[in-house]
Amino acid sequence: MKIAVLSGKGGTGKTTVSTNLAYMMNFNYVDLDVEEPNGHIFLNPDISETQEVFIPTPVINAEKCTLCGVCANTCQFNALINTGKKILVFEDLCHGCGACSLACPEDAITEYNRKIGDITIGTFAKGKFYSGKMLLQEPMAGPIISDIKKILPVDEDSIIDCSPGTSCNVVKAIDESNYAIMVTEPSKFGLHDLKLAIELVREMKMPLGIIINRSNEYDHLIEDYAASENIPVIGKIPFSKEAAKMYSIGKLLIENEEIKNIFEAIKLSVLKAVKEENHAISHS
Amino acid sequence: MQLVILSGKGGTGKTTIVSSFAYLADQSTIKVDCDVDASNLHLMFNGKDISSSQFSGSKKAIIDSDKCIGCGLCEKACRFDAIIPKDGYYEVMEHRCEGCNACRVVCPADAITLEEEDSGKKIMTVLEDESYLSRASLYPGADGSGKLVSEIRKASLELNKGKNNLIIIDGSPGVGCSVMASITGVEFGLLVTEPTQSGFEDFVRAYELAKHFRIKSYVAINKYDLNEEMADTIERYCDDNGIKVIGRIPYDVVVNKSNFESKPLVMYNDSIAGNEIKNMWNIIKNEMEV
Ligand code: SF4
Ligand code: SF4
Repeated sequence: MKIAVLSGKGGTGKTTVSTNLAYMMNFNYVDLDVEEPNGHIFLNPDISETQEVFIPTPVINAEKCTLCGVCANTCQFNALINTGKKILVFEDLCHGCGACSLACPEDAITEYNRKIGDITIGTFAKGKFYSGKMLLQEPMAGPIISDIKKILPVDEDSIIDCSPGTSCNVVKAIDESNYAIMVTEPSKFGLHDLKLAIELVREMKMPLGIIINRSNEYDHLIEDYAASENIPVIGKIPFSKEAAKMYSIGKLLIENEEIKNIFEAIKLSVLKAVKEENHAISHS
Repeated sequence: MQLVILSGKGGTGKTTIVSSFAYLADQSTIKVDCDVDASNLHLMFNGKDISSSQFSGSKKAIIDSDKCIGCGLCEKACRFDAIIPKDGYYEVMEHRCEGCNACRVVCPADAITLEEEDSGKKIMTVLEDESYLSRASLYPGADGSGKLVSEIRKASLELNKGKNNLIIIDGSPGVGCSVMASITGVEFGLLVTEPTQSGFEDFVRAYELAKHFRIKSYVAINKYDLNEEMADTIERYCDDNGIKVIGRIPYDVVVNKSNFESKPLVMYNDSIAGNEIKNMWNIIKNEMEV
C-alpha cells in the first residue's frame, strides 16, 4: 500500500504528517520533496547507501556532425542550438530524453551521464527510509523522483512525502498510490490551495482525506468545503506552542500523548478507506 | 529595481510579508506573484483582472490509432514510460508524457503528433490602489512553471519600461526551476525563514541559490520566539556570512485573523508581528534607496 501525502502549498505540515504517520503505521518513509527533503530531521535514519542520479545528456561528435541542425529542431526544450559553426548544448535545459540522438542522421550524438542529485537509503526505527535530493542549481526533479520510485519494494507499505504544490512533480510522486492525504491549514489561502490539490488527485482517481493542521477557530472554512465535496476530514492537529517547539527541534509530535491519539485515529481512517476502495474495485 | 521575497519552503509567512509590503508600497510599485502553482496574493486585495491569456508550457504526444501499425518502436524510445500497448496499438499516458518528441522521431508510420498542452493562464490584475499585479495560474499537474514565471516577470518589466518603479516579486517556493526563473536578474532578496531545524536547512539552500544569482540578500526570521535558540543559530549563520537580519517577527495570533479575513497584516494596528513588518519595510526601503 502506498499513501501519498500532499499539500497545496508548502509549510502546511506535510512532512510532520508523513513522518509521524510512517512511524505510527510501521511504514517505509519516502521523501520525494527532492528540492528540500526534511524527513530525515524527524526520523533520524541510519543511512546505509547513497546512489547518484544521472540523466543522459548529449555529446556532439564534431567529426561526424555536418551541422544539419536536425537535433536542434528535434529538441523540444531548446537545449541544443545550432550556431552554424557548432551545436551548443545547454545541459541544464536537457531532459535526457534522447530524441536528439535518435534523430541525428549522421549518428554524431552520444550521451554521457550527468549527475543531478542523490538518493539516500537507510532505515529508521520503524521501517525503511528513502530520500532524494536535487543538486542545487539543477532544475530537474522528475528523474530523481522516478529513480526512487523504481527502487521501492513493491509489496511493502510506504508513506510518500510529496513536494508541495500541484506541479508535474507531484503527479509523478503520487502516480500509483492507493490513497492521498491532503494536509491543509484553516485559512483562505489554505482552502484555495487545497482545492487545486484536490482537483489534481481527483484526476488521478484516488481516494482521499483531509488533515487540518494548526487547527483553530477557523476550521469551518475547510470543514464546510470538505462536507460539500463529500471528502472526509480524517484528522485535526491543534496548534500548540509545545508542538511548534517539538517540531522546531526535530522531534516527532507523537511523543505527545494527545497528538499520538490523533494520529492513531488518522491511521484507522486511512486503513478503512483503502480497504473499502479495494473492496469496491474487486466488486466492479 | 526588483525585490524578491523568498522562503526555502512555503508557509514560512512569506505571503504575510509580501502582502504587507505590497500594501505599504506606493501605487507605482508593480507586484509579481511567482507562485504560479497556487497564486495567492490577489486574494488579499480587491482587484480586477484586466487581461488574461492562455499559456502552453509543454506539448503532449498523441498517437493516431488509424495510422499506428503496432510496431512498438515508440514504446522503446520513450524514456518516461509514457507509452503503453492497448488493443494492438499504442497509447500515450498523458500525465507521464514530457512532450520530448522521441516517439515521433522513431515512428515509421507517421502516426504521432505533438500538440500544445493548455497549461494555464497569464493574468494581469489591477488592484484597489490602481497598482498592477502580474500573476498566473498553472493548471494542476501541468508542466512549465519556470517558463510561466519568466513570462509574467517579462510582463511586469514591460509595464516598467522607461520608468524606474520598484517591482516586488513574491518568489516561488523551493529551489527548483521556477525559483531560478523568479530570481534571475533581481537585485535584492528578502529570505524569510523560521527557527526550526528544517527551516534552517531550507534557508541555507535558498541563500546559496540567491548568492549564486548575485542577489543582495536580507533575512527575516518569522515566529522567532517559538525557538529562540534556533533563531540565534540562524543569526549566527547570517553574521558569519555577512547577511543582514532585518526582522525578528514574533509569533502573533492576529496572523490567523488576518489570514481568515484576507487582509494584509499591517492593517491591524494591534498586531505586534505587523509592526515588525512595518519596521522591516522601512529598513529595506532605505537599503534599496527608493
Ligand atoms: S536529450 Fe532530449 S532534451 Fe536533451 S538535448 Fe537531446 S533532445 Fe534535447
Ligand atoms: S513525446 Fe516523449 S515523453 Fe511523450 S510519449 Fe513521446 S517519447 Fe514519451
